Amino acid sequence: MAEKSLEIMRASASTASAPGIRQEATLTKLIDTTTCIGCKACEVACQQWNDLEPELTVQFGSYQTLPELQPRFWNLIRFNEAEVNGSLAWLMRKDQCMHCADPGCLVACPAPNAVVQYANGIVDFNQDACIGCGYCIAGCPFNIPKLSKKTSRVYKCTLCVDRVSVGLEPACIKACPTGCLQFGSKTALLEIGGRRVAQLKANGFPNAGIYDPPGVGGTGVLTVLAHADLPELYRLPKNPSVPAAVTLWKRPIHWLGGIGMVAGVLIATLHYLRYGPKHVPEDLPENARKVAPG
Amino acid sequence: MSNMPKPEDTVLRYTLPERIVHWVSALFYLYLLATGLAFYTPSLWWLAVVLGGGPTSRFWHPFAGLAFVATVIWMWTRWGKDMLITDVDRRWNLTVLNYIRNQDDRLNPAGRFNTGQKHFFWTMFLGGLALLASGVVLWFTDYLPWSLRWLRYGAVLLHVTAFLCTVAGFIVHVYMGTAVVRGGFSSVIRGEVTKPWARIHHPLWLEEISKK
Repeated sequence: MAEKSLEIMRASASTASAPGIRQEATLTKLIDTTTCIGCKACEVACQQWNDLEPELTVQFGSYQTLPELQPRFWNLIRFNEAEVNGSLAWLMRKDQCMHCADPGCLVACPAPNAVVQYANGIVDFNQDACIGCGYCIAGCPFNIPKLSKKTSRVYKCTLCVDRVSVGLEPACIKACPTGCLQFGSKTALLEIGGRRVAQLKANGFPNAGIYDPPGVGGTGVLTVLAHADLPELYRLPKNPSVPAAVTLWKRPIHWLGGIGMVAGVLIATLHYLRYGPKHVPEDLPENARKVAPG
Repeated sequence: MSNMPKPEDTVLRYTLPERIVHWVSALFYLYLLATGLAFYTPSLWWLAVVLGGGPTSRFWHPFAGLAFVATVIWMWTRWGKDMLITDVDRRWNLTVLNYIRNQDDRLNPAGRFNTGQKHFFWTMFLGGLALLASGVVLWFTDYLPWSLRWLRYGAVLLHVTAFLCTVAGFIVHVYMGTAVVRGGFSSVIRGEVTKPWARIHHPLWLEEISKK
């Protein structure tokens, strides 16, 4: 759902965007998992604002609505149980697109403008340009894009780009009753998150921290974790980055392959200019060939 | 026409089924190449546009892949034995530089297919199988659970690598078959070659079929 009013910083399979004329802050969502009560109001708000028909929930022995995100379900509160320092930790975490500064989906996408990154940091899928190949699924280190069988297009959290572009906060932020979700510039939210982390550290969570992984250039979704040393407990990858296979293919293999194909055609042309076609002697007698040693 | 060879001076090189399958294969490969190049680089995205648009190209690409691999497997059942690399090839290879320089009278003799053709065949056969295996993973990528994502990464790398290998073979094949080895192109259209052509390019094959 590309927003025409927003400046595009990067677009998939394109080199034409020319950003930088407007000065825009990176917009960010702060998720404080320590004040999340698991009410799922954000899930409902997301479904409602984005006109997504509710999915049939799945009972798998958890409070969690569904095991995974779905093409029509972009915001999932994950409930995890873990044992930390001998006591049970019941960990809730809002799973959604992280809006990476270096988005693997955008790098992997072959369709021009199907994935865009706005100057404000929002990474969005443009279903009009999407071809449904699923390469973004390979590019994402967070398991976020979901391919719809109904439309053969991929979907994920848009950070409510349609609301944000007219000065509103995302629907999930609006619905959160505890204030564990906040929205604003990354600088401001890092500060707020930092204060919360200091509070947690003073109150018996020495490993509290903000999840903002540098491997993907930082994310547009900051998550305050009480156990930031063990993000796996929250089903978050420890050091996420664009998968090596995708980087290899889009950088060295892509360039070497391109040069190789052009070189192949050039070498064939040069060979023809130098040697031309093969000559078939009409009168070649049997056994007349001079065979080189070997 | 006066330069038309008399029937007794020609030999049958490719049967009608062989010629048909060759061109069906070529057609599907060209479609796969065009759509594949569109997905390969934004500079060639217009190929997908010409062929009906991105989603259409994405939809048909895997089906064309199935058809292409089917033709390659047919060729394997037909030519697989003739394509095995033997001592004849090891001897031919010693004189390959003469072949490149068009000094075909200074060439160790080739059978029905020379070493280059055999390498091309195996590139397309093994490349086709690799493209099929990785292509199926990419086709149904959304069915793959997160725990098996390494399979997806492998498929991404294998698909592009095998693609580039087949393109290398394809460039040489089209160049040799049309520009360099005159008579090769018509042999895969009407099936026949002249005896002098067979004697210079595939002398052991001519010997073999002359015995029959």
